[in-house]
Amino acid sequence: MRLLRYIAGRLVVYALVVVFGLTVLFFVPRLGPTDPIEAMLAKVASQGAYMDASQVDALRQSLADTFGLSGSLLEQYWAFIKRILLTGDFGPSLSMYPTPVMELIMNALPWTFGLLLTSTLIAWVLGNFVGLLSGWKPESSSSRVMEGVAICLYPIPYYILALVLSILFSYIWQIFPLTTTIRGAPWSWNLVTSILWNSFLPGASIVIVVFGWWVISVKAQTTALKEEEFVRYARLKGLGDGRILARYVLPNAILPQITFLALQIGLMFNGSLITEILFDYPGLGLLIYTAVLQGDFNLLMGTISLSVIAVATATMVIDLIYPLIDPRIRHR
Amino acid sequence: MRILKLFENAPFRLYLGLFLVALFVLVGAILPWFAPADPLVWYTTPRNQDPSWTYPLGTTSLGQDVFWLLTWALRNSLILGLLVAFFSTLIGVFLGLAAGYAGGWLDRVLSFLMDALLCIPSLPILILMAALFGGQLALPIVGVALVLFNWPYPARQVRAVALTMREREFVNVAWFSGESSVRILVRHIFPYIAGWSAANFINTVLVGISTESALAVIGLSSAQQATLGTMIYWAINYQALLAERYVWVGAPVLAIVLMFIGLFLVSSGLSMRSAARRMSV
Amino acid sequence: MIKVDNVTVGYGTTAFVKAVDRVNLTINDNEILGIAGESGSGKSTLMRAIYGDFSTGLRIASGTITGRFARNGTGAVTEAESHDFGQLWWDQISYIPQGSMSVLNPLMKVEKQVVDGLPKRERQGNRAELRRRIATFLEGFGLEESVLDAFPHQLSGGMRQRVLVAIAAFVNPRLILADEPTTALDVVVQKKILLMMVEIQRRQRNSLVLVSHDLGVHYQITDRLVVMYQGKIVEAGPTAGIFANPQHEYTQTLIASLPRIDGTRAEARR
Repeated sequence: MRLLRYIAGRLVVYALVVVFGLTVLFFVPRLGPTDPIEAMLAKVASQGAYMDASQVDALRQSLADTFGLSGSLLEQYWAFIKRILLTGDFGPSLSMYPTPVMELIMNALPWTFGLLLTSTLIAWVLGNFVGLLSGWKPESSSSRVMEGVAICLYPIPYYILALVLSILFSYIWQIFPLTTTIRGAPWSWNLVTSILWNSFLPGASIVIVVFGWWVISVKAQTTALKEEEFVRYARLKGLGDGRILARYVLPNAILPQITFLALQIGLMFNGSLITEILFDYPGLGLLIYTAVLQGDFNLLMGTISLSVIAVATATMVIDLIYPLIDPRIRHR
Repeated sequence: MRILKLFENAPFRLYLGLFLVALFVLVGAILPWFAPADPLVWYTTPRNQDPSWTYPLGTTSLGQDVFWLLTWALRNSLILGLLVAFFSTLIGVFLGLAAGYAGGWLDRVLSFLMDALLCIPSLPILILMAALFGGQLALPIVGVALVLFNWPYPARQVRAVALTMREREFVNVAWFSGESSVRILVRHIFPYIAGWSAANFINTVLVGISTESALAVIGLSSAQQATLGTMIYWAINYQALLAERYVWVGAPVLAIVLMFIGLFLVSSGLSMRSAARRMSV
Repeated sequence: MIKVDNVTVGYGTTAFVKAVDRVNLTINDNEILGIAGESGSGKSTLMRAIYGDFSTGLRIASGTITGRFARNGTGAVTEAESHDFGQLWWDQISYIPQGSMSVLNPLMKVEKQVVDGLPKRERQGNRAELRRRIATFLEGFGLEESVLDAFPHQLSGGMRQRVLVAIAAFVNPRLILADEPTTALDVVVQKKILLMMVEIQRRQRNSLVLVSHDLGVHYQITDRLVVMYQGKIVEAGPTAGIFANPQHEYTQTLIASLPRIDGTRAEARR
């Protein structure tokens, strides 16, 4: 019953957060000193496309529609929220006319999620392993070295690391491709290797930074947990180090980090956007960048609304999962 | 191994970090005054020079001195980071105290705002603003936006501390002995959160510089001002990599990396120290 | 079964701090031995040395602690010094800690914590059978089977302590060491736990060593009592005898400070 109340409460907050985020997005274009529509039209014109006056007027009208610039502010706001939340309709892309924005986003999302999830997972496993060992035996020289490495890696932003990796491994030693080009028939082995090959550097830049973070935090947790009474009790039961680490220390070290992960998702998402842009990786980040460069306002509004919704959703999912994992909350 | 062993205790971490940060602050605060020419202006030096005594880090393909450009970039990035951190911390501490101390509906509204802002990714919004406001954002606008997105971090922490504080004995004693709320805040609660706020302040400097650079690296930050990020953007945009002029792009990258490691060491050193102190209280 | 022979135990290697000073002690088969003394008297250090827990710089400076364990069933005899007792943990020797909030893994159900560390001989059969045996064992002490599916935070302090006693007893060892098992519990719960331990000892016919600062606890269940003061054993003998006629001045003041209803408490025991 309590759990249901928690879930319901969390869902309400989630809905409010999404609406809040969209409200921010609604007001941003109206805050600027310039009229976004005129700026967009100028951008489209500067792309070299020649349009006569009637075409420009038509485009202006359609932009006004997608922005929801007709009617009073309240009407505009209501139409904007309703259109995104109820229909998920962002109109057609202007630069890739007439493909719907939603279709472009749906093609890009798996790449972003795949990249972020896989690299976070790899970093998580590696980081837990190294952090656990170096926290268990903090005096050994290898754990000192690992901590030193982690401290030097963690503060570096993803995109800086991505840049360094691409300079090193694509320019100086031309091992990995500079930009992403996926080849191969659908569902073929070639396609899989091509995806892995192209994802290696962008993935590595995320893995390395996240790895640094996990090592630092798991190590701190482990050092604290080592002194816990239940770990001492387990040792006095005659259990081996491996079992104590796996069953007693690790689960207790991981739990508190889940809530932290919820706070970090936004920053991680920021990082992956730039990484994607730097590597031409066909995810949401690149789509946003394309939209900016092409002045494709529908695409821009769509991708950014979806970014906000995606991050809010991911945070909510973690918040909802946490009590299921922690028995102290699940069975109160 | 000796050096790594010193990493263990907070003071050394803190000192190493402070040393790195101080180095960058000095370079960024003092050296720009001595620049022989405005490093933003093109063709003030010969083009494409390798590092030498006259041009410590070489020159760009546009005839700018990389070293002096770097000092200007450092200055601007630091000013931005410090201002963002200052206002975020100020607003965060104030609203966090208000929420934790006042409770009730004010707490609910503020807490919701904090949670909501924390799960809205700042970069996409900045990109949207940049795209709408003519393709590039002036530094002050970036700064204001970053403050709006970063005050919830200190606010949440301060609110949590303030909540436990309300129940603490010595606060009650002060309350009953007739001290005013403001006095209680200043004399009893503020010293308590100062350590955390300092660590958080440093962290916000890092996040501020990092986010602006992210925006700059893809060419959406100010083109009129040099920052570490715009320096990288210019280097890439003017084909430093194809021309194999790695110092040009490497200098700002290395500066960011070292400065961030320094900032991180300071912030984690500070929070370790205040954690130790909190235990002894 | 355990012979403590002129043993000096302490902490640290460079600057040795003595906690137990030239102590002689025998733990017999099939008895409940109490070790009493105030905090800092060395009773817990002695217990750790007997258990063979030499972590955190604990060290035997001189003397020996030897054990002789006759295995249940086979009757095979193992002899070892306490330095090697580690191999006998949760097999021939088990341990009951003080049941504070954090002594059980907060993320593990009680059933798993009973099973974790059990020797092979107590593990026969599949999981369901093992669970049934554990459940029956618990029911013998008035604990419901549902306790097995609980997480530690769901148990009350007394419940947690009974679970700890059960975990140590289910191993069916030759020796159980209990470190302040009833401290910080109210008297009614204390009584329950003491009765539970007595019953286990009577059933398994093994040795139980009970370390407690509380003479009242010793009075209720121990057969033999050892009183420690400043690292030395100042008095040893049958519990009834000591309470009836304490020899050492320290024991006399301890007994005199116990609350009593009349002056004939020693006789009231039987």
